[in-house]
Amino acid sequence: MNQKKYWKSEVELDTANDFVTDLQHKEFVEKLPEDAFLGDQKVMDDSKTNRRDFLKYVGFSTAAASLAACEGPVYKSIPYVVQPEEIRPGISNYYASAIADGFDFANVLIKTREGRPIKVENNNEAPTNGHANARVQASVLSMYDNLRLRGPLYGGSPVGWSTLIEQTKEQLSALKDADAEVVLLTHSFASPTTEKLIADFLGQFPNVRHVVYDALSDAEALDAFEIAYGSRVLPTYDFAKAEVIVSVGADFLGDWQGGGHSAGYAKGRIPNKHHGKATMSKHYQFESNMTLSGASADVRVPSTPATQKQVLAAIYGGLVGKFDTSALSKKVAAQVNTAIKQLKRAGKNAVVVTGLPSVDAQRIALAINELLKSRVIDTQHTTTIRQGNPSEVAQLVDDLNSGTVQGIITAGINPAYSLPNADSFAAAMSKAKFSLAFGMKNDETASLAQWVAATPHYLEAWGDVAFKSGHYGLTQPTIRPLFDTRQFQDVLLAWSGSETTYHDALQSHWKTNILNGASWSKAVHDGFFVGQSPVTNTYKDKPADAYNALAGAQDKGFSLLLYSKTGLGDGQQANNPWLQELPDPISRVTWDNYLTVSKSDAEALGLWNETQSDGALNGGLAKVTVGNTSVTSPVLIQPGQAKGTVGLAVGYGKTAGIKSEMQVGVNAYPLYKNLSSVQSVQIEAVDGVHEFACTQLHNTLMGRGDIVKETTLEIFNTKDRSYWNPVPVVSKNHIETPVTSPEVDIWDAFDRSIGHHFNLSIDLNACTGCGACVVSCHAENNVPVVGKREIRKSRDMHWLRIDRYYSAEDTFEGDLETVDQINGLGDSLTTFGEMEAPSENPQVTFQPIMCQHCNHAPCETVCPVAATSHGRQGQNHMAYNRCVGTRYCANNCPYKVRRFNWFLYSNNDEFDYHMNDDLGRMVLNPDVVVRSRGVMEKCSMCIQKTQKTILDAKLEGRQIQDGEFQTACSSACPTGAIVFGDINDKDSKVAQSKESDRMYHLLESVGTKPNVQYQVKVRNTETT
Amino acid sequence: MASHYEAPIRKPLVTGNKSYHDVTVDIVAAVEGKANKQWWIVFGIALSAFLWGIGCIIYTISTGIGVWGLNKTVGWAWDITNFVWWVGIGHAGTLISAVLLLFRQKWRMAINRSAEAMTIFSVIQAGLFPIIHMGRPWLAYWVLPIPNQFGSLWVNFNSPLLWDVFAISTYLSVSLVFWWTGLLPDFAMIRDRAIKPFQKKIYGLLSFGWSGRAKDWQRFEEVSLVLAGLATPLVLSVHTIVSFDFATSVIPGWHTTIFPPYFVAGAIFSGFAMVQTLLIIMRKVSNLENYITVQHIELMNIVIMITGSIVGVAYITELFIAWYSGVEYEQYAFLNRATGPYWWAYWAMMTCNVFSPQFMWSKKLRTSIMFSFVISIVVNIGMWFERFVIIVTSLHRDYLPSSWTMFSPTFVDIGIFIGTIGFFFVLFLLYARTFPVIAQAEVKSILKSSGDKYKNTHDES
Repeated sequence: MNQKKYWKSEVELDTANDFVTDLQHKEFVEKLPEDAFLGDQKVMDDSKTNRRDFLKYVGFSTAAASLAACEGPVYKSIPYVVQPEEIRPGISNYYASAIADGFDFANVLIKTREGRPIKVENNNEAPTNGHANARVQASVLSMYDNLRLRGPLYGGSPVGWSTLIEQTKEQLSALKDADAEVVLLTHSFASPTTEKLIADFLGQFPNVRHVVYDALSDAEALDAFEIAYGSRVLPTYDFAKAEVIVSVGADFLGDWQGGGHSAGYAKGRIPNKHHGKATMSKHYQFESNMTLSGASADVRVPSTPATQKQVLAAIYGGLVGKFDTSALSKKVAAQVNTAIKQLKRAGKNAVVVTGLPSVDAQRIALAINELLKSRVIDTQHTTTIRQGNPSEVAQLVDDLNSGTVQGIITAGINPAYSLPNADSFAAAMSKAKFSLAFGMKNDETASLAQWVAATPHYLEAWGDVAFKSGHYGLTQPTIRPLFDTRQFQDVLLAWSGSETTYHDALQSHWKTNILNGASWSKAVHDGFFVGQSPVTNTYKDKPADAYNALAGAQDKGFSLLLYSKTGLGDGQQANNPWLQELPDPISRVTWDNYLTVSKSDAEALGLWNETQSDGALNGGLAKVTVGNTSVTSPVLIQPGQAKGTVGLAVGYGKTAGIKSEMQVGVNAYPLYKNLSSVQSVQIEAVDGVHEFACTQLHNTLMGRGDIVKETTLEIFNTKDRSYWNPVPVVSKNHIETPVTSPEVDIWDAFDRSIGHHFNLSIDLNACTGCGACVVSCHAENNVPVVGKREIRKSRDMHWLRIDRYYSAEDTFEGDLETVDQINGLGDSLTTFGEMEAPSENPQVTFQPIMCQHCNHAPCETVCPVAATSHGRQGQNHMAYNRCVGTRYCANNCPYKVRRFNWFLYSNNDEFDYHMNDDLGRMVLNPDVVVRSRGVMEKCSMCIQKTQKTILDAKLEGRQIQDGEFQTACSSACPTGAIVFGDINDKDSKVAQSKESDRMYHLLESVGTKPNVQYQVKVRNTETT
Repeated sequence: MASHYEAPIRKPLVTGNKSYHDVTVDIVAAVEGKANKQWWIVFGIALSAFLWGIGCIIYTISTGIGVWGLNKTVGWAWDITNFVWWVGIGHAGTLISAVLLLFRQKWRMAINRSAEAMTIFSVIQAGLFPIIHMGRPWLAYWVLPIPNQFGSLWVNFNSPLLWDVFAISTYLSVSLVFWWTGLLPDFAMIRDRAIKPFQKKIYGLLSFGWSGRAKDWQRFEEVSLVLAGLATPLVLSVHTIVSFDFATSVIPGWHTTIFPPYFVAGAIFSGFAMVQTLLIIMRKVSNLENYITVQHIELMNIVIMITGSIVGVAYITELFIAWYSGVEYEQYAFLNRATGPYWWAYWAMMTCNVFSPQFMWSKKLRTSIMFSFVISIVVNIGMWFERFVIIVTSLHRDYLPSSWTMFSPTFVDIGIFIGTIGFFFVLFLLYARTFPVIAQAEVKSILKSSGDKYKNTHDES
């Protein structure tokens, strides 16, 4: 380093000079204007941050910011500390359980993945109620409802369980000491253990009165059975044994008397040939609303409730020799005559059922079945799944208002919404000194109660149910309760001062009273138990008075028939988007209820429906008045609606504990006076427009006989297949060649004899349109819910839909004749125009449609990026991540089964259903990808399920048995209408159905060679 | 060939006693002059439409195709209607420049430059739609057969959409090359006249160093001829392939073997109509009446009339075949077209495309500039409806009545269409101010045979 020193001047040498030394110690000669730069000296002195600190901070924050920017998103994934033995990642566990929510009762299997229940399946081994209907299929999503109560509440604020139990017990004891009455209002539990616990509780608190309230009442049937057989229960039915079924206003394929009858019914509807002659049951339906049962009937007679009563009387009369049809119109009388003739012939294999809310009608139906000695009705194995007593409920509201009853406990019900006099109930409940509501939601009733006890969903709970005498089901939890909830029964036990849990009580009750020595573990494993049923009921009714009452029945103006929809039922699951989006099987309307009106009544009353330029349906509004209660409802003109009657579904119009998207429809419960489903009403048109969201906008088949092929039992039995199920032909060198022939195929045949070749068979005779498959598919395949606005734009995402067609003439056969008789251009113009309107009382047919998995798929050839292509096993695959979304495949699909993701449906708050919150997403099936925006999707024939079956069999080194291969729809179908399997396994059911005479392919003439078969619908037109 | 004697009975193609210099000055005037107020107004309107369209496209891409009016049954509507419409319009350019060149139709020389410009600009509009109609347009490059890291993924050569990719891109590139080749001597002319260095530089670059040597001219002629030979099959192929999008499908109303010739005729029809629309305005605005004469307009009207009639025959044949086929779906599809919920679209198409060109049988009408202009607009409206009718009315009611529904456009559908019209005019207006809008070099080559100045001299001698 340079050591040279430079002098500024010689003065520097003078070390004695103060000025010089002073300068040497100063860096700057003049004083720097620090104050000007740094401002207030005081602030600077107070500051602890110096320059070095400042640099440290800058350095640290820059480093931190850049580190944070590098970090990926955080996924919450917490490993098990102790790995549960039975949970293996990627492997589903199934638990048998049972649902008993007061409206739906079924034995089910719950599929869980990594400890999460994700799907409800049928419990096929269960001898009773083993089929999950659409609502039960969807119930798993209700568990992940974001609006569920997180814990107990007092006065609207969270409270601890111990506080709740202690204080409510104190209050109950105080009321007991004051001798003040308390009412326990519950739905029908049909649960042996719960009933015992309630009895114990009532023993301890004699001031408590237990009232059973079913939102939808079957009181008349219960009362009639009590008169006829002595106990207030319902008989059970096995429609499989029926040769002739006459239903008078009973939608027994719907929710009539708890539902669950379709499986048996379908067994009798499939025309299987024995000794060369096929037989099937004959089904007469006299009804007002168009129901699922009416849609499946061979003969459907639209009739008002009074006519229905007269029909019942006439049938009874016909059987006891007092034949009189003079009160009936000629048309109805003719059908009644043949019905009586056929009932007599079938004798014990016939049954008459009725859904009329009239004790007389129910008594006559029981009497007719006694006369027939019907095997279909079972009066020995009765059921208690409906116990509601409307008069006690009415009394309760009065007593609450008058102050006779000072406390109320509700469990599992929402009377402040579902009672016809909900307002007066609500007022009375707020007056009560003590009120407690057990429920999963802060609904209309819970928000009135002082105490709200949050209950678990049935998938988090224990329970039992007696489906019918001697037939039991067990509910077991499939996940730990998601929230701080307790079962009603546990609270009962706690009130009774018992230390045991409901689980222990359940077990001990079963061991002592039900199992009779059988294994508890096996019962839990199976989910059901069949024991003894000691009851013997004997018929003791003399229904002459009932006959007279029915024979003299008269209509008073318009009759309103309140009904429950396939989707929402009694409305408990109104916050379930799968059910809201499930199209009504008859009207195919989603997200709504509406007043169904016949066309001629609509014209007379000035009610209207109109199609908009985008195809969507609009409807006018009508004011429906019963007494001094009115409800304004949108109107839907319903083919088949009996003149002089209107229908309206309950379960809609909820406002509390429900997302705003799901607050649709009108509440019809206020019209449900005296809990009777038939009301005499006034109807007037009111101004206004309602926007419907329909998934099907064209209702008739336009005489296109090769879409839904059908024939009659007579032709089926007497004519050759080529007559009633011909294979379409094309002309090749002027020779008519079947389209199935390789001669007319421009493609080289592909050898499909090796490995599996999947086929799906759909029997149009067995399909009742119940919609269980649609919801099952929704759940299995993570199909998004798009909401009312998008459905209205014809953008439903259902992979599986059930098309419903009405005939334009009286029958579909009539449609074909009309088309055949078209003569010339002018005629075709008018005829096709007329055929767009359904008949006033049309025939109805259901056709489930999913991807047809064409072996010559039109979609596959047109995709520019080969995102859809054919699989070795017959499936038409869809590679979502390859799809660029040209929609060419959807355009070129003759079946229009492809569904496009118009928007981002998951993680998008614009679609506030269930895929935008962590809780709702727990229901997603991890085996199926959630599709992104801009890609096409469609039915995959549940490839995730078939691959699982194949891999399992491979691991176990065995052949796959027929029936192991299932799709979500085939496993959900209660009637066996949908059969899935491998046609290379020649013994499989689906291989046999492929060879069946009834088999045809949809639009065979297009040459797509689908892997979905349909079985020709056979109608029983026999009159002897 | 340039100075061949032409019979006096033939009408002069260039009127107004033009000398070579006059031609140069007339054509370069728009480039060298300043834009007037009208130009700025029209440009402003076109630009706002274009920007509005861009907004709608951004909205679509950021939100999803759901912002359009499409649904599960009608998967294409305005998007592909607009695509086919613009491709169709793009047809006239190549026909005029290539086919008419091979047939030695000298009248094409006044219009081929602008017709080709129109072709390129409309193919650009057309090309937008297949990209933005995709659900995931950011993956549009997947339709190109390029090596990739996705494994052995390759495009599907069976798909007519893929054929479209090749057809349209080939057409665009050949048209562009052909157009530019023709532009070279004209750019050089502007370059040589340019005073401002920047302008000189730009036109110098654009003219690829054209020197005007005899060798240049010889190569120019050869390349023009070769490109015309290459482009001629494209005239037929592009719209044939576009028609395959429909013809190879299984949907009644689409599955029609008549589509290729029918589409080509329709494309020429609409292309000529668009040329007519543009040139009738341009000849007036840019004072080119002496080059684009009433005779040119009349000849184009004849082409419009003939192709319109071909299209009409095709429409009627379709109806006949639907009846004759005996296929109920086919019969209903056409019955529904004419009398169903979209009857108005069908009859708009019929009126505009089949009936309106028939007026051109009258000499008086086909030489009326105003009338020609109106008809040219009407024809393009009709051709838009033709594509709408084919796409929407076939889809909205196909095989299964359960899926029948209707289509109604949203503001986004309309906005994007208006945006492409805006974009087209933005491009065309910029072109009209910066490019030599008439192939002056070619026009000069016929000046001595077909220009009235020289024709008159011949007559006198």
